[in-house]
Amino acid sequence: MTQAELQATANTPTHSPEPGQRKWWEYFTFNTDHKVIGIQYLVTGFFFYLIGGVLASAMRTELATPAPDFVTPELYNGIMTLHGTIMIFMWIIPAGAGFANFLIPLMIGARDMAFPRLNAVAFWIVPPAGILLLTSFFVKPPEAGWTSYPPLSETASKAGEFIWILSVLLFGTASILGAINFLITILKMRIPSMGFNQMPLFCWAMLATSGLILIGTPVLAGALILLAFDIVAGTAFFNPTGGGDPIVYQHMFWFYSHPAVYIMVLPFFGVASEVIPVHSRKPIFGYRAIAYSSLAISFLGLIVWAHHMFTSGTPAWLRMFFMIATMVIAVPTGIKVFSWLATMWGGKIRLNSTMLFAMGFISTFVVGGLTGVMVASVPFDLHVHDTYFVVAHLHYVLFGGSVFGIYAAIYHWFPKMTGRMLNEPWGIVHFVLTYVGFNLTFLPMHELGLLGMPRRVAMYDPQFAHINLICTIGSYLLAVSTIPFLVNAIWSWVAGPKAGDNPWQALTLEWMTTSPPAIENFEILPVLDIGPYDYGMGDRSTEVDVPFSEAKEPVLSAGPSSVLRADPDPSVAVNPSDRQPEE
Amino acid sequence: MNIPNTILAMLVGILLTLVSLWYGQNHGLLPVAASDEAAQVDGLFNTMMTVATGLFIIVQGTLVIAAIRFRKRKGDNTDGPPVHGNVPLEILWTALPAVVVAWISIYSFEVYNAMGGFDPMAAGDSHAAHMSASSKMRGAAIAAPLPAADAENPPASAPSPNNLIAVGVGASPANRGQNADVSVNVTGLQYAWIFNYPDSNVSSGELHLPAGKEAQLNISAMDVLHAIWIPELRLKQDAIPGRTVELRFTPRRVGEYPLRCAELCGSYHGSMATKLIVQTPEDYASWLQSQQVASNPSLEKAVAVNPGNLSDSDFLAPYTTEMGMNPETLHQIHHTHH
Amino acid sequence: MQGSTIDPSKTVVNYHHAAAATDSHHEEHHDFRILGLIVFLIAEGMIFMGLFIAYLTFRAVTPNWPPEGTPRLELLLPGINTTILIASSFVIHKADAAVKQNNISGLRTWFIATALMGAVFLGGQLYEYWHLEFGLKTNIFASTFYVLTGFHGLHVTFGLLLILAVLWRSLKPNHYNSEKHFGVEAAEIYWHFVDVVWIILFFLLYIL
Ligand code: HEM
Ligand SMILES: [Cu+2]
Ligand SMILES: [Cu+2]
Repeated sequence: MTQAELQATANTPTHSPEPGQRKWWEYFTFNTDHKVIGIQYLVTGFFFYLIGGVLASAMRTELATPAPDFVTPELYNGIMTLHGTIMIFMWIIPAGAGFANFLIPLMIGARDMAFPRLNAVAFWIVPPAGILLLTSFFVKPPEAGWTSYPPLSETASKAGEFIWILSVLLFGTASILGAINFLITILKMRIPSMGFNQMPLFCWAMLATSGLILIGTPVLAGALILLAFDIVAGTAFFNPTGGGDPIVYQHMFWFYSHPAVYIMVLPFFGVASEVIPVHSRKPIFGYRAIAYSSLAISFLGLIVWAHHMFTSGTPAWLRMFFMIATMVIAVPTGIKVFSWLATMWGGKIRLNSTMLFAMGFISTFVVGGLTGVMVASVPFDLHVHDTYFVVAHLHYVLFGGSVFGIYAAIYHWFPKMTGRMLNEPWGIVHFVLTYVGFNLTFLPMHELGLLGMPRRVAMYDPQFAHINLICTIGSYLLAVSTIPFLVNAIWSWVAGPKAGDNPWQALTLEWMTTSPPAIENFEILPVLDIGPYDYGMGDRSTEVDVPFSEAKEPVLSAGPSSVLRADPDPSVAVNPSDRQPEE
Repeated sequence: MNIPNTILAMLVGILLTLVSLWYGQNHGLLPVAASDEAAQVDGLFNTMMTVATGLFIIVQGTLVIAAIRFRKRKGDNTDGPPVHGNVPLEILWTALPAVVVAWISIYSFEVYNAMGGFDPMAAGDSHAAHMSASSKMRGAAIAAPLPAADAENPPASAPSPNNLIAVGVGASPANRGQNADVSVNVTGLQYAWIFNYPDSNVSSGELHLPAGKEAQLNISAMDVLHAIWIPELRLKQDAIPGRTVELRFTPRRVGEYPLRCAELCGSYHGSMATKLIVQTPEDYASWLQSQQVASNPSLEKAVAVNPGNLSDSDFLAPYTTEMGMNPETLHQIHHTHH
Repeated sequence: MQGSTIDPSKTVVNYHHAAAATDSHHEEHHDFRILGLIVFLIAEGMIFMGLFIAYLTFRAVTPNWPPEGTPRLELLLPGINTTILIASSFVIHKADAAVKQNNISGLRTWFIATALMGAVFLGGQLYEYWHLEFGLKTNIFASTFYVLTGFHGLHVTFGLLLILAVLWRSLKPNHYNSEKHFGVEAAEIYWHFVDVVWIILFFLLYIL
């Protein structure tokens, strides 16, 4: 009997006879089912991603040549601002919330979120906020970038800026309400036998993310309220001519927006930690190290915000403090990356679309991480801050990290969400186009920045023309790469082959129910018969074949007694040696 | 583990080190360094690039090798070995990056110190004495008719209303405590830079500096945030309205270098560029003299701001009126300066 | 089938356990609403925290604080107001104690008292606004003053509405009892929160 079968057998009583198919129109209603809300988030997010992508293509078309010949410079700034805002607030963060909604209750064996109605309210704030943002195109779109630094944001296109503020405030509210739900659901609604150290790593990641959202987002709201007063009521909080101080805004903004980059990427760290062991057929390497490093990242993420302000006249000692704190984040991040690699090493890797995207995620995210350490260094950042080097860095993190992670997650959980399989060959075509297009677009941008091209410009020095043309060609390839995915997803949703409960032979609880899961997920409480990552645990005698397992201290060794392993369920563990008497 | 494996690992390690070291020195990604400090920043970047190359190859190499060596073969439906972790390895890859980033931090700290980042003078705001240009600014076109500072319009000595602290990069340790050889007041406005030489009452749209002499820029902005960026000096500093920030450096290499705005300041941010012209001290002196003659108080000198290196200056013409500074802001500036 | 095999002899016991474990049905849906409210208030608190720190920063970077020409703030009326608000926190706690003893009329009395005190506070606040010699745009101090007190006032208003809603519901027989009184507790916690924020705010704006 395989582990997956074992886990399934133990959970037979929880399994409902019928999959919970929903009617298509239910996705357009105020529905409190976390699975519906999860899919609503994902589809809405993807819709906005397409809009953001169109805007990106427009920008790259403009930048194909040095002169501003495609759109006016004002419009370029508007497009640039909306591209950044949409990608962050309407795509990446909602996508993270979508997976969290769909997966958390299933993974921890709950029937729904702690506050289902609040959950639906949180989702239904997002589409109006997004549409509101787009309406700013009818006045004059905000032109101050997604950072909206005053005094520029207070003087250029005030109406558009005000719409931007309202939309981001709405979005922030949704994000906070979602985070309350995730936090309490994870803390309080796990099946009784699931301790913290048996939780799937995605839940750990969402725990860390929710904490960041709850602490960071309100401060952004505070900054935006003051900014709105400046714009609408004529106060001068951030306007030096009235005695205000624009730097205060920057501090408040980045107090949220640096954590925001972790809000955007931590969920997909969680996704990688789920996907890689399943498709490598090997336990996650260093469960605890990965789990706790999420917490470390979210804590450190709160004390590094001023690394975005090294050129804003920040005192020298502060620059040094933020430099060192930022560099320290490389350590927990490195732990994760090395652990994923070690998980793959020696496994039986299935090179399917999910795994390719997960490996692509590691491959590109690492580049963003390495340039991240570089820009943390104050003397070097004085050179590259606000240049295309930073544009390259941020896209390697947000696109190479978050978007690749989203795709890995979609290929992995699509069968669970829809009950049908995606087409593999088209998935691989999608991956190859995305990976090549992405690197072609963004790798050359590093050089642009180092050579002297500032970011957020509609026109540039002709010396940069060749490299920019390469970037533009790459971006068209990227635009094309979404087509096979879209066709594949729509086709498979309607007519793909049936998936069955557990097409990947995974061990986490979401695979122990029907696909798509029944309306209330489980008939009765499920159990963790074996740990969520206990692949290859059949015969304990294999332990001797494991490298390092001969270590004298059994808890330091690599095998199933390792301290780093997820705790086995003490009452029902497969191996008698894992069982502990209940207190 | 058998011996050939160890040797193989060692060979790979040596090769990796060599490749990283080579690429770290020969990436060719940076423009020339026009000052000693810029060369030090390059040294720092090369070091980081070496480390990054090594790590990059390790990670991508592991991915590729894993994909080839450990891919699932047809018909093999077994799992991998139950490895759950390894504490010594875990400690190793926690400690090693920690040491590396600590080392990079210290290195950065030293380079920053050599650049003058810790000069306590740069923290003060004793030299907010160059807002004079703004007090008579009326026009708001790309070629603003700029009244040269003259006797009736002395540089305002009153510091900006809110005497805010802003810190740039000060004197390098060797020059600490003494005044810079050349002092220039820099004002950013939409979409031009104005360089005012207070010692000789000269205003210019390009920054001229003598090679080998320490220069001090006192940077401020009139309307919105701007940032002065000279890639060849590896230096950048935001220009913040209401504050004055000091930036000191010593250009070494004679030549013309681009000077660009690096903080989004409005639609034409991309065209807000001019030149830094580093001259021999003699050439610099004669330039200064010719400017002094030209900027006779009765003469209104148009400051050439549109970047010479932009071939497409023509497109700007139709927009010049739209590009004016916001009259309200301008009014407020006047208001607070009297 | 994938995966290595597991020795069934080792798992027999386990099925037994698994079967035992499945006996426990979904427990009744626990009430996490209080916890949810507290987490929400942490987030709310962070908005105020952000605004407080912004205020302190403006204060620190402005050479003269408050900027020249700002009239001194009167302490008497705000002092009385503060006392009333702090006292109301104790009053609302009485209501909570009452409902725990199934004393619904006590609950109503104390809630009416709290609502009155809250209304007096808001009235006092408006009176102060009316008589202040500076407006929203006078200077940076004035702006922060109005935004901070105004944002807090908004929260007091919301708390007041919450209290009135609970009062309205308490008219229905047995809507609240010693077992079931989430609304009462929520209103109380929210009111304490508003109170604590005011104490910090009062210290920052009037005393410091
Ligand atoms: C579809 C491929 C994409 C292309 C071709 C693209 C291209 C661009 C370009 C040309 C800019 C403007 C840079 C500048 O002028 O400074 C930009 C900015 C930005 N992009 Fe993307 N982008 C893409 C996807 C994404 C994704 C997936 C994200 C995810 C969050 C993202 C986030 C941002 C942000 C935050 C900015 C900065 C906006 C600002 O400066 O206010 N982009 N992108
Ligand atoms: Cu950051
Ligand atoms: Cu600019």
